[in-house]
Amino acid sequence: MGRGPAPRQGGSITLTHGVDRLAGGRKGDAVHEDSGYVRALDPRVRVVAAVLFAVLVVALADFGALGAALLLALTAMVAARLPLGHTVKQVLTVDTFVLVMVLMLPFTTPGEEVFRLWNLPASREGLTKAAEIALKTNAVMLMMLALVGTLETPVLGRALKHLRLPDGLVHLLLFTVRYIEVLQREYGRLRLAMRARAFRAGSNRHTWRSVGYLVGMLLVKSFERSERILMAMKCRGFDGRLHLLDDMVLGKPDAVFTSLAVPAGAVLVVLELV
Amino acid sequence: MHIVDGALSVPVLAGGAALAAAGVAVGLRRMDADRLPQVGVVSAAFFVASLVHVPVGPSNMHLILGGLAGVVLGWTAFPALFVALLLQAVFFGFGGVTVLGVNLLVIAGPAVLCAGLFGPGIRGRALNTAMVMGGLAGAGSIAMTALAVGLALALSGDAFIPAAKLAFIVHIPVMAVEGALTAAAVVLLRRVKPELLASAAVLFDQRVTHA
Repeated sequence: MGRGPAPRQGGSITLTHGVDRLAGGRKGDAVHEDSGYVRALDPRVRVVAAVLFAVLVVALADFGALGAALLLALTAMVAARLPLGHTVKQVLTVDTFVLVMVLMLPFTTPGEEVFRLWNLPASREGLTKAAEIALKTNAVMLMMLALVGTLETPVLGRALKHLRLPDGLVHLLLFTVRYIEVLQREYGRLRLAMRARAFRAGSNRHTWRSVGYLVGMLLVKSFERSERILMAMKCRGFDGRLHLLDDMVLGKPDAVFTSLAVPAGAVLVVLELV
Repeated sequence: MHIVDGALSVPVLAGGAALAAAGVAVGLRRMDADRLPQVGVVSAAFFVASLVHVPVGPSNMHLILGGLAGVVLGWTAFPALFVALLLQAVFFGFGGVTVLGVNLLVIAGPAVLCAGLFGPGIRGRALNTAMVMGGLAGAGSIAMTALAVGLALALSGDAFIPAAKLAFIVHIPVMAVEGALTAAAVVLLRRVKPELLASAAVLFDQRVTHA
């Protein structure tokens, strides 16, 4: 929600980039092809580690511990060989959302005055809270991008299934991911048809009605496609069950990772408590 | 509106996660193997639509379409939006992991509520009524989402109240645009593919009986 990045050409409707990464299993995708040490780990270990890290970090309040958590996340980022430029851009985009809320906190939290801005007092407590939120958000986000964001989506789906997520949700995840790219192309065709008729987006009723029709048409086309998919699946004997052909096996890298991650987590807890 | 990790208090996070999980469970019970492709593909369509940016005055916004998602998906909006939010959190870093439950609740809750309130009018006989109801569902779901976000922030600390108020004011133009868009989309669906709206009634009212 809210405002996205400015459109590249004035008055056009733009689509956020990077969706193609979701398609999963595409060849030549730098992020997926080479994610370093992290790639050797079992997907389940990566998911569980990232979630536990998130829960732990959100519960922390001590700045030493939060700093250490951010350091851990940065280490994971390097180990996963995330492309630096792309990751920084991603993180900064999210941080601009965080910033709006965080910037107000020093002025809205009562407490000891540190400085004044246009006669508004900023409290030490508010500044502390703001810094705390910023550190937590970035640490959790980086760890997530490094450990789970580098998984191919079908693999993530299978890992979640192995981790006992309900079948329905896993199916839905795999389905959605599979068809995002297809529908994006469908959207591209509809947009091209509008451009061919000299449509220009602006803040007016014509735009809203046209984009509403565009969304509606996208839904109609996706609905019709889903009927064909269901028939095709039934022809192939789909009975609502998902068969996992691969057994995920824990290996030596997982043992090494766990023997490093558990003490690292313990250090965070110790830093928090002392 | 994505709430980030670290802003909300633990009771709010836990409560949001529990309610969201209940919503997902209800949605999954209404989604059998035959409905799966439909919910999956429509949820992918919403994901694509949510990446569309529309100009609003000097700035632009991306679509949320919570109201339309509720009208088309019924209770299955919960699992569908869960998947969308999970993908966003994991691959784009938008919205955190620990706040996933709260973020889902504030978007899918209003979506389902709007579908219940305005769905019958949208499926009713008069096209004009359907258009107005569609607009109300579109604008109403955004208003409720903005209020729910504000509530989640306010429950976590009084210091957030001004930020919550600001968030609501910022969303007023968003409500207008989403309302107009949803009204148009409902009119198109009524004319081109009324079955799509009718099947949502099934997803909303009936529970799938498992053999």
